Amino acid sequence: MELTTVWFIAIAFLWTSYFFLEGFDFGVGMLLPVLGRGNVERRVVINTIGPVWDANEVWFIVAGAAIFAAFPEWYATLFSGFYLPLLAILLALIVRGVAFEYRGKRDDARWRSRWDKAIFWGSLVPAFLWGVVFANIVRGVPLDADHEFAGTLGDLFSPYALLGGLTTMILFVLHGAVFLALKTSGDIRERARLVAGIAAIGAVAAGGSFLLITQVEHGEPVTWLTAAGAAAGLVLAAVAIRRGREGWAFIGTGAAIVLAVATLFVALFPDVLPSTLVEAHSLTTDNASSSPYTLKIMTWTAAVFTPIVLVYQGWTYWVFRKRIGTDQIPRPKNEPVR
Amino acid sequence: MDTVDIARWQFGITTVYHFLFVPLTIGLSALVAGLETAWLRTGRTAYLRATKFWGKLFLINFAMGIVTGIVQEFQFGMNWSDYSRFVGDVFGAPLAIEGLLAFFVESTFLGLWIFGWDRLPKKIHLACIWLVAIGTQLSAFFILSANSWMQHPVGYRVDEETGRAVLTDFWAVLTNSTHLVAFPHTITAAFVTGGMFMAGVSAWHLARRKNVEVFRPSLRLALAVTAVASIGVAVTGDLQGKVMAEQQPMKMAAAEAIYETERPAGLSLLTIGTLDGDEELFGIKLPRVLSFLSTGSLDGEVEGINDVQAAEEARYGPGDYRPFVPAIYWNFRLMVGVGMITAFVSLAGLWLLRRGRLPSNPWVYRIGMASLTLPFIGNSAGWIFTEMGRQPWSVYGVMKTSASVSPSVTATSMLISVISLTALYAVLAVIEAGLMLKYAKAGPPSEDEVLPPPPDDDDPDRDSERSLAFAY
Repeated sequence: MELTTVWFIAIAFLWTSYFFLEGFDFGVGMLLPVLGRGNVERRVVINTIGPVWDANEVWFIVAGAAIFAAFPEWYATLFSGFYLPLLAILLALIVRGVAFEYRGKRDDARWRSRWDKAIFWGSLVPAFLWGVVFANIVRGVPLDADHEFAGTLGDLFSPYALLGGLTTMILFVLHGAVFLALKTSGDIRERARLVAGIAAIGAVAAGGSFLLITQVEHGEPVTWLTAAGAAAGLVLAAVAIRRGREGWAFIGTGAAIVLAVATLFVALFPDVLPSTLVEAHSLTTDNASSSPYTLKIMTWTAAVFTPIVLVYQGWTYWVFRKRIGTDQIPRPKNEPVR
Repeated sequence: MDTVDIARWQFGITTVYHFLFVPLTIGLSALVAGLETAWLRTGRTAYLRATKFWGKLFLINFAMGIVTGIVQEFQFGMNWSDYSRFVGDVFGAPLAIEGLLAFFVESTFLGLWIFGWDRLPKKIHLACIWLVAIGTQLSAFFILSANSWMQHPVGYRVDEETGRAVLTDFWAVLTNSTHLVAFPHTITAAFVTGGMFMAGVSAWHLARRKNVEVFRPSLRLALAVTAVASIGVAVTGDLQGKVMAEQQPMKMAAAEAIYETERPAGLSLLTIGTLDGDEELFGIKLPRVLSFLSTGSLDGEVEGINDVQAAEEARYGPGDYRPFVPAIYWNFRLMVGVGMITAFVSLAGLWLLRRGRLPSNPWVYRIGMASLTLPFIGNSAGWIFTEMGRQPWSVYGVMKTSASVSPSVTATSMLISVISLTALYAVLAVIEAGLMLKYAKAGPPSEDEVLPPPPDDDDPDRDSERSLAFAY
């Protein structure tokens, strides 16, 4: 296999991991005001992702940096062309990250309520905009002969892109609800299951239509399978959550995310950013890539270190595998100093 | 303002801001790891209380370093897309490897350290904070190899067909002579930053004679680390000066505001130039010192700005190859001056604390507290000096900053970006400083608070019902 193809797959893998992992973080953040009634419950909700959200977000940093290293032209065009949506994502992630760390640092209801809003919007904005960004990547954007973005901000918000945004948003709400049902006990768990049941319907509707359009417009024969698999994952999640099988439901939403992202990347290949103006202006794995030497170094590094990362990150989830309930949240007065 | 200016302002603001948090993260993570090690080896509760206290301040700072780092990773593509196209083959790899090797380690093991106090065996818990500390240094290593390549590009060729830089020798990039002096200089400066921070906060508590059993050992550790690291900063800084004089003579000349080549050259204590910046009006100099610092010989030649300008014009074609001399000259002095003061403060502090002493003069503590700010000033001045001193180049001798900016991004978009980021950073600075003050003043937890609660009964299932050791 050519190294450019290897790196296309590697980057697809990095984004898939990112959406799988931070997908439920975003969902948890968006559901914070819905599922957490009162401060103690909100703390339960936040602490389900407390030890892991930061490492989950690193997948985005590494995915972006891998695009820079393996496909510099793609990185340059994507980040300069999608300027304002990406700026909004960065601003949201900054606010959200600080919010998790600082929310509990003052015993003041107004202080907490502001950070709760920050967590909600800081999760919702990227959850929606990532769908917009990836819909545009698959559909293509106006690129000129120098591979520079030649469109306007409005071009990025086509109905198809908005549907993509809606899809990722609802999908992450569902993924987060299932994750919360899996990681909490008591009332929050019951409510999370209820929300998951409703979100599953929305996810099937939005995600189904988005993947269907993607398939018809840009699909390959094999993406019928991945798209259908994603839909099956959603159905599995919906059924399992009603029967109280939260582990199976999480496998279902996880599979839906993995297969949906796979559908997008297979539909995209061998382009990395198609031009809607002239096909010759499209960025492809070929004309956007780094030299074989750089790709070789990157391949060795990734081959050695990615499995190690997966092992120790997986171990973290094992260490913090227990469910959390309101009775385990330390009371403010005798809260141990970290 | 054109897009180059806006993009430069954004890079300057966001990078200097980001680098307020980075050196403190590097320095404090190792210091906290050292304190936890001391607790494990001696069993003394004071060390555990110190670990928890400094750990908390470390985390308040760490959060800001993380979130401001996200912008650093992506503004190359957003504002500097032509730069990214040109250098991606060389410059992207260290960034990606930094993420894969360092960021994952830092974020994962910090999560384990924060939440794992009662979930992990003590030694594993300790290993987590050491891994975080090592991760911060790995991160510094790779990102500085990328920056050093911009200062002194090696291990590449420019492809004739595409006009882009192509990596030919990754090992050469990692072992770039510029990098081998910039990396230890940055790391030792980070230890000075962490050390002075710990010293300043300890001084506040010791002036009030509060928690002396926690803050006296903290202060001694902090001052010892600062003193050793200060010497390291000076030695590596001196080596850097020699490398810089050879690789970027313009930066050296601007640092000293020497307009005409001198042999031997004196070290400028004060130079005032004409407003158009090509002539010296007035100066006070130490004879021959600059020659020695930049060449190692009392008789060495140091090139002047006007001569380097002529040489670079001959080499790269007509153009203005001078950086903004006053900024270079004064930031260089600020950096060196601050470094010398912190070295002195740390050595004086160690002397005053010798053999169990604890000075009573309140000015000793006031000076200690005030010195906390110095490394932050020195770090910022150092980076402003080294980055502005490279101008007009983004990659020295290869690509100009004016040719690096994104052609497809409008000035309006860039203004929205720099204004929103600056406003958000300003708000976060106030919040962060408020929290730092609150938790620095609050002092360490008491002995009772850090000791584990006695087990309720023998039923192991009860364990899961217990309160979490830490929760957001």
